[in-house]
Amino acid sequence: MDMKATKKLGLKERYSLMTRDLAWDTTYQKMEDVFPQTTYEGIKIHDWDKWEDPFRLTMDAYWKYQSEKERKLYAILDGFNQNNGHLSVTDARYINVLKLFLGSTPPLELMAARGFSMMGRQMNGAGPRVACQMQAVDEYRHFQTQIHSISNYNKYYNGMDEFAHQQSRMWYLSDGKSFFDDAITAGPFEFMVAIGFAFEYVLTNILFVPFISGAAYNGDMAAMTVGFSAQSDEARHMTLGLECIKFMLEQDPDNLPIVQRWIDKWTWRGTRKLAAVGMMMDYMLPKRIMSFKEAWEMYVEENGGALFKDLARYGITIPKCFGQTIEEKEHVSHQSWIGFYMKPGATPFHTWIPTPDEMDWLSEKYPNTFDKYYRPVLEFFDAQEKAGNRFDNKTAPMNCQVCVSTMKFNEPGDPMEMCFRESIYKGEKFHTCSDHCKEIFDNEPEKYIQTFISSHQVLQGNCEPEGVDVNAPDFQPGKQILDYWKLDKRALGDFNGSEDQKNFAAWREQATKN
Amino acid sequence: MTMLKTLAPYEFKSRDAVENYQGRQLLYVNWERHRMFSRPFVLAMKPETPFSAVLEEMAACFSYHPDWQHIDWDKAIWQNGNTPFTPDRNKTLAENGIGHKDLIRFRTPGLDGIAGTGY
Repeated sequence: MDMKATKKLGLKERYSLMTRDLAWDTTYQKMEDVFPQTTYEGIKIHDWDKWEDPFRLTMDAYWKYQSEKERKLYAILDGFNQNNGHLSVTDARYINVLKLFLGSTPPLELMAARGFSMMGRQMNGAGPRVACQMQAVDEYRHFQTQIHSISNYNKYYNGMDEFAHQQSRMWYLSDGKSFFDDAITAGPFEFMVAIGFAFEYVLTNILFVPFISGAAYNGDMAAMTVGFSAQSDEARHMTLGLECIKFMLEQDPDNLPIVQRWIDKWTWRGTRKLAAVGMMMDYMLPKRIMSFKEAWEMYVEENGGALFKDLARYGITIPKCFGQTIEEKEHVSHQSWIGFYMKPGATPFHTWIPTPDEMDWLSEKYPNTFDKYYRPVLEFFDAQEKAGNRFDNKTAPMNCQVCVSTMKFNEPGDPMEMCFRESIYKGEKFHTCSDHCKEIFDNEPEKYIQTFISSHQVLQGNCEPEGVDVNAPDFQPGKQILDYWKLDKRALGDFNGSEDQKNFAAWREQATKN
Repeated sequence: MTMLKTLAPYEFKSRDAVENYQGRQLLYVNWERHRMFSRPFVLAMKPETPFSAVLEEMAACFSYHPDWQHIDWDKAIWQNGNTPFTPDRNKTLAENGIGHKDLIRFRTPGLDGIAGTGY
């Protein structure tokens, strides 16, 4: 008897059967009642089937690829950990990069997972729904693998164990938290512009270069492997973000001004978020890859510039803040490091003054600004520390109402002057760090009057460890803030003299000498 | 005009409204061209606090800077936000016209930070 073998399905057919073909239009309830989120932002979509899926990835193929990557990743992590890989990093200062990264990034990956899960429910079209679901799983995977890669360091070094507690409480983590809170409380299309486009497409390289290449340069195989394992996902995410922008712009001309405003807003919010990344590159990596300024030129000015040129055919113009980001690339990393250096008692990672060699590197990389504005004060701090008078600014910060950065940026065109902007809403003053943050505030003040500013919350008596009576007559807000933050006291202070520094030196000696 | 779009009524209070501070109000203080301190600091004080209490807080923070001891207090220039004013140290914040979330900008002409860098 003849057997007629069924022809194996092609990629396109398979994709169609396993994604779009599984979707249906509702009949018991009106579609607009089931999917109210895709219309209220003002974006007009006429035909969801026009959404192009650049990868045509089906769920079964997705699981297969991802599990292969996981197996490789965990094999390398195990090997690294079993061989005391932590002792092969350039020097113990490097571990502070991981502490900063652990507090600031995995929790945001988790927020991205939550955001894309919501998008997977809110979008009408089956194409974007499937893509968003996969991205949600990716983001969850990144959240986990980043923590796993760093967990081995937590056995040996101080300040890493309470990152989850600190995420929504610590002053310096508020900027990233606010970034994602803002995005996730917007509608689905704004979320896609915020995270899928501005963050993933325009700015993500700036975050991943110092982390992945920085890890590789400094002997951290664990973090490097996590980075590489995430990279193919990132390519998919970038494509989804760009596809969403193009889809909105092609669907209706009325979408253009809305999309443009979101691009302006989120490129700026992302830029502010990345100021701390600049200081990782320029100050915290013992072996530097490139300066933050060089990275900005390559990834944002050149690549980002080319992208906006490409979008010009839809009427998109370069983000309003672009000029200011170019001016600031010579300043923000130094301003950020000074901002952290002066708070040795308020972060779970150490800070330090660059060595003379490292200062020379900074002079060479920042010929217009480093010697003129930043070297003298760093040398002053250095001399003070050596004289036993290490700088410790015990005051609480003023923050921007929108980006929640501390107000540490200069007036455009004048690096010696601070930049302050102010809005009045319902009789109350609100301070912002820049024209761009002020514009974001003024566009939607109802949203930003709710901003969580850590120093203000302390003064309201809302940041006390359990058991403190805020109504007691001698109550002093903030007196026990370190306990509220669950800050490990061994992780505070200058790197010089820290337990990490001593232990690393002792263990490395044991590992390399008789 | 607001550009906020929402699916439902959206009304929330300001998280930093003055009534959240148990009779006190927020005050920010910045020493211009002394960016070593990175950003202004914030205080919560009752409006009946004398301005001299702010000066004490300033000294506690800013005296780390070598310029502090060279200040000619008669030449200091004060702004509340962008508006020039002359504080009276014996009068209260309220009497000095200082309200909730005001930003005091303090300038010391001739003193421009370490090596004149603004830091």
